[in-house]
Amino acid sequence: MSVLAVAEHRRGELRDVSLELITAGRELAAGLDERLHVAVIGGDVERFAAELNREGVDTVYTVDYDDTFNHSVYIQALSQLDDTLDPSVVVVPHTSNGLDVAPALSVRLDRPLVTDAVALDVEDGLRVTREMYGSKVETAIGVESERAVVTVRPTEWDPAAETSNVTVTAFDATIDEDAIRSSVTGYKEAATGDVDITNADVLVSVGRGIDDEENLPLIFDLAEALDATVSASRPIIDNGWLPPNRQVGQSGKVVSPDVYIAIGISGAVQHVAGMKDADTIIAINTDPNAPIFDIADYGIVDDLFEVVPELIEQFE
Amino acid sequence: MKVLVTIKQVAEATDEFELSGGDIDESYLSYDLNEWDNYALEEAVAFAEEEDDVEVVTVTVGPERSEETIRMALAKGADRAIRVWDEAIAEREWLDAETKAELLAAVAREEDPDLVFTGVQASDDGFGATGVALAEKIGFEWAAVVNSLAIDREADGAHVHRELEGGVEELVDVELPAVFTVQTGINEPRYASMRGIRRAQGQPLEVRDMADIGLSAADLDSPLRRLSARKPESEGDATFFEGSHDETAGELAGVLRERGVGE
Repeated sequence: MSVLAVAEHRRGELRDVSLELITAGRELAAGLDERLHVAVIGGDVERFAAELNREGVDTVYTVDYDDTFNHSVYIQALSQLDDTLDPSVVVVPHTSNGLDVAPALSVRLDRPLVTDAVALDVEDGLRVTREMYGSKVETAIGVESERAVVTVRPTEWDPAAETSNVTVTAFDATIDEDAIRSSVTGYKEAATGDVDITNADVLVSVGRGIDDEENLPLIFDLAEALDATVSASRPIIDNGWLPPNRQVGQSGKVVSPDVYIAIGISGAVQHVAGMKDADTIIAINTDPNAPIFDIADYGIVDDLFEVVPELIEQFE
Repeated sequence: MKVLVTIKQVAEATDEFELSGGDIDESYLSYDLNEWDNYALEEAVAFAEEEDDVEVVTVTVGPERSEETIRMALAKGADRAIRVWDEAIAEREWLDAETKAELLAAVAREEDPDLVFTGVQASDDGFGATGVALAEKIGFEWAAVVNSLAIDREADGAHVHRELEGGVEELVDVELPAVFTVQTGINEPRYASMRGIRRAQGQPLEVRDMADIGLSAADLDSPLRRLSARKPESEGDATFFEGSHDETAGELAGVLRERGVGE
């Protein structure tokens, strides 16, 4: 048996999460006393395989196919690899494409699926730690099966760095074209608009706590007083209160300003992924347990509608 | 044409809470329609309004308390609602995504929809897997994390955008029938009108047990166990400012000025 990690790439680039997957995968493999293999499907697989040449990987299996992502191709190729390798655990990134593949793969392979792992342990059978209720609770899931599919959360494991001398094997998968019932026709980048939040030194960032679109001028007033730029977390964009070019997070922009002031933002993992590298993080939130305080340098547990007007006054 | 929308009544925890067993103690939980499903429902209802022959059917796996949520979906414009529940399900401590997909698949086989809309994930357990697992079980094509959706009935297909990381969208053509897992922000979900709420009060809710949908308690068996739960330890080392509003704001202003902000 072995552990099989499924690498992810997009538009010709191997994604960082693939190297994190190797770290998670080799932890599992070491615990299970098994080998770690990596599958990379489609695109310039030889170049990807070279980039996946990392300590702890036994073999990289390459499947030559189109560069564009298609879940059916992935599932067909992985099913055939599964027949050959019979891996114990198949690890997939918990990304948009991972979510497009892993659930169907687990059904096809008749394996249990646990998603969004933040920690893995095999001492007493496979145990997966994952979060619930928007990071308020950590749950341990026990897998009473020798085989499983697990998706792992990006940036929870460090990317594997040390290169090695892995074997690269071209795997000859038979892809049934008739089973492919969707196709990628192109890509669209989020509009940049007139504001580039990635260039700002100081960001005043607003979240769900603002309650109403009518309260947004308060945030813009603060930004003006501080000579800062306004950014936002996802709910503000979803509500259409601010345009997508203002969104900080996994599906928006990654920012690293000198100062990031999070106002009424709980700090969901997807948001934190976009701002954790800011030099100084300041958080104002009514919930003392909000995860934003875990990464903040300075915090005020209070009502933003009380604190922000006072703060504006300090700079007038 | 028929659109099946999966609806989950999710649990939300108060800021302060206690754990009991493998979960948050029930007294700290309140229940509401899953945010993602609200967008999926809106997508279905808006589509039905554009076309004149589209039926929207919601399906929920949940206990009696979820009827409040289901009525809200009816009030927003769904035509029919199905709730799956029985004692065998109630006895399980939880249902993993695959098991839930099995139940939903049984309903889908009976209802024979052309389209299935689900939310990308549920806000409580956040598995993000039910929709795509369902698609595989019923032999539908699918697309996950959809933030733009246009059904092309003439072509028997759909043009969708999938939200990838980093503000990139992937444009995909999908053959029907298909399952789409819908991302927040795809539309502007409506509020139920008073008229809709009154109408929904009179609509029948179809409750099905395992036998009704051709399954048995054994179909609920899963190799996954929820072993334990804990509050994550705070890894933070933030300095907290305490006191009156002007005191905390004053201290924060000091920190900002030290960094040259607002000077």
